[in-house]
Amino acid sequence: MGDPALSRRGFLAGSAAAGLGMTALTACGGDSDGGSSGTTTIEWWNISTTEPTKGVWAALARKFEAQNPKVKVKIVQLENDAYKAKMTALTSSGKLPDIFHTWGGGVLRQQVDAGLVEDLTDRTKPWGDALLPVAREPYLLDDRVYGIPFDIGMIGFWYNKALFQKAGISAPPTTWSGFLDAVRKLKSAQITPLALAGKEKWPGMYYWAYLAMRTAGAGALQKAYEDKDFTGAPFLEAGEHLEELVALKPFQKGFLGAAYSTPTGQAATVGNGRAAMELMGQWAPVVQADAGKGLGKDLGFFPFPAVEGGRGAITEVFGGGGGHALRRGAPQAAVDFLKFFASEATDRELVKKTGVLPVVPAAESALADPNIKAVQQQLKQATGFQLYLDQAYAPAVGQEVNDSVAALIAGSKSPGQVAQSITRTAKEEQ
Amino acid sequence: MTSTYLPDKRAGRDAGPPAPAARRDRARARRRTLNWLTATGFQLPALVLFMGLVLLPMLFALYAAFFRWGGFGMPSDYVGGENFTRLFQDDVFLGDLWRCLVLVVLSLALQLPFALAMAVLLNQRMRGRAVYRMLFFAPYVLSEAITGVLFGMIFAPDDGFADQVLGGIGLDGLGGEWFADPSTVMATLFLVMTWKYFGFHMMLYLAGLQAVPRELTEAALIDGAGPWQRFRNVTLPLLAPTLRISVFLSVIGAIQLFDLVWVTTAGGPDHHSETMAVTMFQYGFKRYQVGYASAISVVMFAISLVFALAYQRFVLRRDLEGATTTMRGDGK
Repeated sequence: MGDPALSRRGFLAGSAAAGLGMTALTACGGDSDGGSSGTTTIEWWNISTTEPTKGVWAALARKFEAQNPKVKVKIVQLENDAYKAKMTALTSSGKLPDIFHTWGGGVLRQQVDAGLVEDLTDRTKPWGDALLPVAREPYLLDDRVYGIPFDIGMIGFWYNKALFQKAGISAPPTTWSGFLDAVRKLKSAQITPLALAGKEKWPGMYYWAYLAMRTAGAGALQKAYEDKDFTGAPFLEAGEHLEELVALKPFQKGFLGAAYSTPTGQAATVGNGRAAMELMGQWAPVVQADAGKGLGKDLGFFPFPAVEGGRGAITEVFGGGGGHALRRGAPQAAVDFLKFFASEATDRELVKKTGVLPVVPAAESALADPNIKAVQQQLKQATGFQLYLDQAYAPAVGQEVNDSVAALIAGSKSPGQVAQSITRTAKEEQ
Repeated sequence: MTSTYLPDKRAGRDAGPPAPAARRDRARARRRTLNWLTATGFQLPALVLFMGLVLLPMLFALYAAFFRWGGFGMPSDYVGGENFTRLFQDDVFLGDLWRCLVLVVLSLALQLPFALAMAVLLNQRMRGRAVYRMLFFAPYVLSEAITGVLFGMIFAPDDGFADQVLGGIGLDGLGGEWFADPSTVMATLFLVMTWKYFGFHMMLYLAGLQAVPRELTEAALIDGAGPWQRFRNVTLPLLAPTLRISVFLSVIGAIQLFDLVWVTTAGGPDHHSETMAVTMFQYGFKRYQVGYASAISVVMFAISLVFALAYQRFVLRRDLEGATTTMRGDGK
């Protein structure tokens, strides 16, 4: 409905703005190593558009320039979604920036397969190999190094210690049946066990992904994607275990319509003490305190429990981080910059000021928060790793996982139907 | 655009046969060319924009609908009508069609009559009439995104304004999960749509009511017609052209509904409030299956086009002919 003339004008203005933006971006993509006066300019594309990270990173670039007088670092910052879209366009055009943000996994593989990414295996020895193994994992493709991490994290249960005590749960559960027992205890103590953002779908996917890792083992999700077959018995079991949980009605009232970070969303529900747990990444405490009151000392963390009889172990981790890759043929200065960015001094600064988890083992002492330390502990002991499915899989498959798991949680799809629809979408994506 | 040049054309035709001097003819021809050039000059920017931003993208979407295409580079994987066959086997899309129909029926059966009742009410002399009119029209001016965020908070289960008020007056039983419950989400959505759009239709009707000649109502009064008879036999027929336009706008709006749904529920829970435009967005911008999304947009376009053409041909024809008082069948 709406005034057609008005909306058309808005549309025109919008397209004009978008066009200008595109031109500006294309202009930036031009010259990179034009070393006419002996100086090398390296372009650094990242997604750190928010403070404090934005300022800290810019200061680090200046510091690097001061240490390397013949190098100029040109920073191009794009917001997360815009960056993803722009990178897809750049990938198909065949020219990437000197240094660019990557999450590793399927998208990085696409770029590597297109011959656009520098193989860093030999050029980052030995300092690259000394980084936290689990943080390096997403950027290792066929045992070659294609990226250097600056952040790593994982998904796990964030729980309210006070509410656990009230329900008479002495220690966080380590097995799935123990977890279900804890949920029952919380329920009978009139406490909402779990908060879930049903509207956004991805938080629900974490349950299924973790359960599949526990029943089928850490490598199974990647293998199933490559084989385009999610119909194996362990995946059905994962769905059934999730059904067991859903049957207990553990989620907050109206969870199907709840968002994640809004004032009535998942994080706020836990942060305000109205639900005992949420399954979320290392950023959870910050969002809980931002959207809600935050739990302070009552907040605790425990890893996703093991499933009895499953092939996976409780030490296998579902998560991801952030890293940098180089375009093929990037100048040596870009490699030097990666080394500088992954140095202990830089990492300490990043950990202290921007709240990331350390990727340099020696920078660990910069960690202050006990919960983040607990996450770090888990990550260090990790015996297996699965990257976030939306980064490991093609977008359509990742979305289908989110979608059909959401349907399972809403009670409209059976575990078998979930397995089938994911398999069908995986097969469609050639 | 062409109507500006009609007088000139007619003048040319009228003055055709006598034309004594060849020179005058040539002058006229030159003037006509000049006029034509001027017209083209003026139209060119608009035409280029229209072609580039409306026509070409539409044709391209039609083309892309026959490919499996991720949205980057040119489409190359031709799949024929596969996207369309898949579309009509897709439970979500079939559900979209059904929900679209439900919204249309609800709009026509509830929202528009309500707007009409309010318009008739506010057409009477009463204290604070302008204030009421403004209040009811105000939601229409609000953007759909803001409306969505607003009602997302109002209908938040337990904490929201709606549940708090219902609880406060002892009607907890009427409260619920609103947007979060598959069985109530469409009703809630329709409630918000009505809140937002009835004021617009009310304004249309008010404008229409002002055009109803007082003499006719008075004549009916003298003939002894009661209030209902006056409304039914005088006001309503004279309001018919406005009603027809309002129905048209309402249906097209329901077919294209996106913003409100996207902000409040994103199509959930479990697709129970998804519309065609939401499904298209999901596939186009979340899954990067742009070929399939194009197929959805083509079907949406086709439905709108067929409806618009049929409606103009069969329903609006009388209005397009002119006179608002032409009520054939009734008059004779």
